[in-house]
Amino acid sequence: MVSALVLKNVGVSYHGKPAIQEIDLTVEQGNILGIIGPNGAGKSTLLKALLNLVPIDKGSIEILGSTLKQNRKKIAYVPQRSEFDWDFPIHVLDTVLIGTYPNLGLFKRPKKKDKEWAYACLEKVGMEKFADRQIGELSGGQQQRIFLARALAQNADLFFLDEPFVGIDVASEETIINLLKDLKDQGKTVVVIHHDLSKANDYFDQLLLLNKQVVSFGKPQEVLRPEIILKAYERELSFLHKVGVS
Amino acid sequence: MVFIEGIIQYDFLQKALLTSIMVGVICGVIGCFIILRGMALMGDAISHAVLPGVAVAYALGINFFFGAVFTGVLTAIGIGFVSQNSRIKQDTSIGIMFTAAFALGVILITVLESSTDLYHILFGNVLAVRPSDMWITLGTGVLVLAAVYIFYKELLVTSFDPTMAEVYGLPVRLIHYFLMTLLTMVTVASLQTVGIVLVVAMLITPAATAYLLTDRLSVMVFLSAAIGASASVIGLYFSFTYNLASGATIVLAATALFFVAFLFSPKQGMIWRKLSAKKKQVNVQS
Repeated sequence: MVSALVLKNVGVSYHGKPAIQEIDLTVEQGNILGIIGPNGAGKSTLLKALLNLVPIDKGSIEILGSTLKQNRKKIAYVPQRSEFDWDFPIHVLDTVLIGTYPNLGLFKRPKKKDKEWAYACLEKVGMEKFADRQIGELSGGQQQRIFLARALAQNADLFFLDEPFVGIDVASEETIINLLKDLKDQGKTVVVIHHDLSKANDYFDQLLLLNKQVVSFGKPQEVLRPEIILKAYERELSFLHKVGVS
Repeated sequence: MVFIEGIIQYDFLQKALLTSIMVGVICGVIGCFIILRGMALMGDAISHAVLPGVAVAYALGINFFFGAVFTGVLTAIGIGFVSQNSRIKQDTSIGIMFTAAFALGVILITVLESSTDLYHILFGNVLAVRPSDMWITLGTGVLVLAAVYIFYKELLVTSFDPTMAEVYGLPVRLIHYFLMTLLTMVTVASLQTVGIVLVVAMLITPAATAYLLTDRLSVMVFLSAAIGASASVIGLYFSFTYNLASGATIVLAATALFFVAFLFSPKQGMIWRKLSAKKKQVNVQS
């Protein structure tokens, strides 16, 4: 089986300043990978590079054994909630239905079976009762579930989620993580940008601790060690020295 | 009513009615995508930018449609070029490019001493629509509506979630310029009816009205078209009856409809929102 992701010496810079560099990483299929790191560590940049939304100026990225271009339709992306216009005139079910667009191709419209499939995906996230609500009327957790349903509707092999657990309720978080684990059991690969170190151990099979470079990569218990965490979060924790903690 | 008798009696009024209804419909449809993409200013810009093209086309004796589309699209590309290749923000770039095009158009019309009446281009004179103008408007209208129908799915996803569209491989930038081309065509088709200066109102006001009335894009598109067409008919009535500039009466009719929706829309209307806020307060108190 080919690897889900193979990154070799990947570097991205904005206006000449390196955002991430020397990223070497191999992720096998059927894993949930968590990407953690302090603010400004380049987590989103790495995700964008993987999705070809920003150009890489060094190295190479291989996705499912070939280029991103050849695998575009197999990749589902769930952006941060703050990136959306929640006043957009669209209903929940129609939002999920967009997940079927990549596989429909030009000129074709979603048919009845696509709508049924979208509804089934909505049921998986437990949101079918809200099918004809406008998306802005939902809570943060519900909105996140809708966009996960949309990703499910795409029938993708690779899932990228950018901070899906920020500002959502416990029940939604549980629903989402269970679905991600289901996907993993089906052999799919999930990449999640995450901010909460406390749950990283339960949620992920592998962790990437990033701070412009790979600080540590491996099983959560290998990465989540004080000396390693301290190394990555040094600057954010430097206040500890000032207040006399050492 | 004199207006209805007039429509039956006068050929020119029938043409005016048909043309302005079509303008209301296509402006309404394209306007939905313009406002949802936050491109209202762009609509204003493109409509002004067609002026030099119109002037040159008249001077050369070719149909003004081609000249207008040429300078309109050229300006859209120029706006994108400046904002993508410098630190200049999009709205600033729009302000620079469209005023330049408009100013150039004013000079060209004066220098070329063409027979075009600047006042009519700027403010519209639908009662003087010639058969050729009517056919151009109808033809453009059919083309634009067909394009929106065919690419509805792509227009929806690039307006709602351009990042996802890009990830799955849609040519997002090309679709942007495609929409700009449609916008230019709609502007040109509206020249006779509402004129360059006011066409932006027909793009934005009916779409904004529809936006207050529904939560579905597909419904919004139809509502916006209907509101645009209604504004055109109402405006034409006042223009004909009181001998006023058709562009101005049509735009004011659209504005009046907007304020009705702004106040009374079931979900978004100001009055109901105030009332339901009060109700909630009462509930909390009791």
